[in-house]
Amino acid sequence: MAYDDVVRAYEPVLGLETHVELGTASKMFCSCSTVFGGEPNTQVCPVCLALPGALPVVNGTAVESAIRLGLALNCSVASWCRFARKNYFYPDMPKNYQISQYDEPLCTDGHLDVTVESADGPREFRIGIERVHMEEDTGKTAHVGGATGRIHGADYSIVDYNRAGIPLLEIVTKPIEGAGELAPEVARAYVRELRDLARALGISDVRMEEGSLRCDVNVSLMPVGGDEWGTRSETKNVNSLRSVDRAVRHEMERQAGVLEAGQRVVQETRHFQEDSGSTVSGRSKEEAQDYRYFPDPDLVPVAPSAEWVEELRATLPELPAAKRVRIQSEWQLSDEELRDLVNADAIDLVAATVDAGAPPAEARKWWLNELSRRATETEVPLSGLPITSAQVARVVALVEEGTLTNKLARQVVDGVLNGEGEPDDVVEARGLKVLSDDSALGAAVDTAIADNPDAAEKIRGGKVAAAGALVGAVMKATGGQADAGRARELILERLGVS
Amino acid sequence: MGTELLRMTAAELGAAIRAGEVTSVAATETYLDRIGEVDGDVRAFLHADREAALEQARAVDSRIAAGEELGPLAGVPIAHKDVFTTTDMPTTAGSRILEGWNPPYDATVTSRLREAGLVILGKTNMDEFAMGSSTENSAYGASHNPWDLSRVPGGSSGGSSAAVAAYEAPLATGTDTGGSIRQPAAVCGLVGAKPTYGGSSRYGVIAFASSLDTPGPFARNVLDAALLHEAFSGHDPRDSTSVDAPVPPVVEAARHGDVEGLRVGVVKELDGEGYQPGVLRRFHETVELLEGLGAKVVEVSCPSFDTALAAYYLIAPSECSSNLARFDAMRYGLRVGDDGTRSAEEVMSMTRAEGFGPEVKRRIMLGTYALSSGYYDAYYGSAQQVRTLIKRDFDAAFGHVDVLVSPTTPTTAFSIGERAADPMAMYLADLCTIPTNLAGNSALSVPCGLAPEDGLPVGLQVMAPVLADDRTYRVGAAVEAALASKRGSALLSESAYAV
Ligand SMILES: [Zn+2]
Repeated sequence: MAYDDVVRAYEPVLGLETHVELGTASKMFCSCSTVFGGEPNTQVCPVCLALPGALPVVNGTAVESAIRLGLALNCSVASWCRFARKNYFYPDMPKNYQISQYDEPLCTDGHLDVTVESADGPREFRIGIERVHMEEDTGKTAHVGGATGRIHGADYSIVDYNRAGIPLLEIVTKPIEGAGELAPEVARAYVRELRDLARALGISDVRMEEGSLRCDVNVSLMPVGGDEWGTRSETKNVNSLRSVDRAVRHEMERQAGVLEAGQRVVQETRHFQEDSGSTVSGRSKEEAQDYRYFPDPDLVPVAPSAEWVEELRATLPELPAAKRVRIQSEWQLSDEELRDLVNADAIDLVAATVDAGAPPAEARKWWLNELSRRATETEVPLSGLPITSAQVARVVALVEEGTLTNKLARQVVDGVLNGEGEPDDVVEARGLKVLSDDSALGAAVDTAIADNPDAAEKIRGGKVAAAGALVGAVMKATGGQADAGRARELILERLGVS
Repeated sequence: MGTELLRMTAAELGAAIRAGEVTSVAATETYLDRIGEVDGDVRAFLHADREAALEQARAVDSRIAAGEELGPLAGVPIAHKDVFTTTDMPTTAGSRILEGWNPPYDATVTSRLREAGLVILGKTNMDEFAMGSSTENSAYGASHNPWDLSRVPGGSSGGSSAAVAAYEAPLATGTDTGGSIRQPAAVCGLVGAKPTYGGSSRYGVIAFASSLDTPGPFARNVLDAALLHEAFSGHDPRDSTSVDAPVPPVVEAARHGDVEGLRVGVVKELDGEGYQPGVLRRFHETVELLEGLGAKVVEVSCPSFDTALAAYYLIAPSECSSNLARFDAMRYGLRVGDDGTRSAEEVMSMTRAEGFGPEVKRRIMLGTYALSSGYYDAYYGSAQQVRTLIKRDFDAAFGHVDVLVSPTTPTTAFSIGERAADPMAMYLADLCTIPTNLAGNSALSVPCGLAPEDGLPVGLQVMAPVLADDRTYRVGAAVEAALASKRGSALLSESAYAV
């Protein structure tokens, strides 16, 4: 069913469950390292391997991160709450229960505002936050042999427990109603805003591609004008902002198709397929899991004092929404310019470049043009380019002080991205300084005049425009390093027309 | 020399070792020889390692020779319940599913025994995963009561109680979840204490029921139990439920068994019908004895104690059903059916079917059921409410008495096999001890005579508030001294395995 028809007939109701892996130095309940990418099973201990007798101890920094995110999401922070055990058997879950929170989450009842573009200009939506709770991650299973890399047909499976016990925050929205045709964009904007919030708080590196931010999308449809929600599907494995958008759109279309055919939507778990942009049913035989939650007797309640919560509130940095407002006014950006910055995920990078001394316009230009292009070419997010805001600011400064032309500056950026060091190192190593000292430039000018007698004659005769050809020759001879303006001055001077 | 050494209390032996009158190696050899002599009958140990024990003893001797200041139990041998992880000995918790498992880490209690210079002789038998009151649920066969080999030594820490009662060790560790130290101590004529919950660390104790499990000491006398209690207790940052408070002054209390003016409450609900007459007789004599020593005895009612057993048999199985989920053949222990054709889930299932004994399975099923959605409130939820009521009963009682007393067990040691087929009869062995586990306070069992009808030991249970463990030792020491002067000899000297 075409999307336009879908939204004419149905109103989508969304719910998002987002997992954020915290960037704490150690795991949720033990002191193992959380560094990503270690050799399998090297970041493990009796606790996170669930050896008999081992006991968990809560990571205080993780609780602190959870409270800070909760405060940034305008939640209430519980004065007393507990961890609960979620019991189910799975080979990559060492204890065969996950320590999570059940009916006593740490943070509840907040909201997050997001803005999306509509035909009538920007529209703001307030997303209700149901809860923020703490839990631990599982290990990772890889299936070896067989064609698909999936469990069916595999020869054997191997488990890496490095990730087991990494602290996670789960952020659950209240049902999102009334977004209509904008539902996919609203979902995407919410995840982006949440991601930027977590990043601003410094609690996670929120890299969707590495799985440190993961999203489950619940979608149901109700007929326009109706008041009873339909049956929802839960789509897992949604691992990029673009996929959030696509998954919601696909589920809306799929469910509308099911309903139009007079069938019922099945309550089920579905998996998002990155390549096709569609979702497929998880288990065909969806059994209702009974997790037998109960308060974890190994842990004492978490009881943050009001004083501590207020102390943490005072540590909240400028949040992304406030930052956008400030930056728009300070840099005098149009709504459209601001939107471009936001869509390119460049706002923090540009702001940091400005903080490092670059004028806002230059900083924006570098990140949105040259660097965005490089990021696209190498298929990394803008923030994943191996260049820092300070380095970009230094390149801008070198251009401003006349040491580099824009063309040379791009070569310097090449060098930095290539791992050749700081911009000044690249300038030095590649010999990229603009030739502005007259003796070196003078020799090139003299050669150019001697090599182009016709042009020189025209200039002497008053046709100053012909100087362009000689400047071109000088630039060519110097490999682009000459200061073109100075070269022109010298040519006119030598030919007696200045 | 051997017999003399075996007869010494742990305190005396420790003092002799420190004074250089006897070496730890000599003491250890003597106990190892004793184990070799009698353990074929008693079957207290699952694992005893002569060379490993002597190695530890030699290390302690050289620490002493080097002038190192060591605690009062340095060099003294000890039997260690097989529920505590030990890096140098296998740890099975009495289960087939952990057969041959060598832990890569020491339990906190194990580390503290080592730091205090105690010499671990070996690991003692227990009911599988501490579920039972007789050691008959051990996958490795039952231990025997040294007073009468046809009887059980109690449980779950029955290997430890049998070892100490048979003079195979002067001291032993245990864990008490519903009475697993006090009940075996009582039926073997020993002193056994359940410290305040969180007073001793659970780190490295293979979990049965996390909110109840409490490591504690076994000894042949009150002072030795106190010394051991002090040696391994105290705050442990690795156990979140560990209490961050000083260890109560148990040794001081054990040295001064003075009950003059102490207010003693006799729990009405733990006295009377269903108890073995000889047990009640010795219990009431002991209460009179305390009164004679200047204690003020009153009757106290704790009505919710009547529901303690039922609540316990919901809470403990619920917790164990989750705690034992980790035994899945993936990372350690037994693995059954892994022939390359079966899925991980099938291997887990086959391993658990073969690796767990019937009582463990019964409790996992009970607990799984009690936690299921739709049943949670009626079972686990109600049991937690009962738990709150029991705490209130204790609080109310301790508002006007200093300690509560009861028989430790309703009967003396029962015969091996007698209750094996009847779980309910078995569960009743813990009738008097369970309320303390549910409330988390402290208790101790001290011998108070032999039942006239069968000549077997009877225990007096002394219960005190949270972190007032010292009171239990104070009363224990008073009873011990009074009984010794009344009888003219130690109770254990009448055991078949007395030395
Ligand atoms: Zn770990």
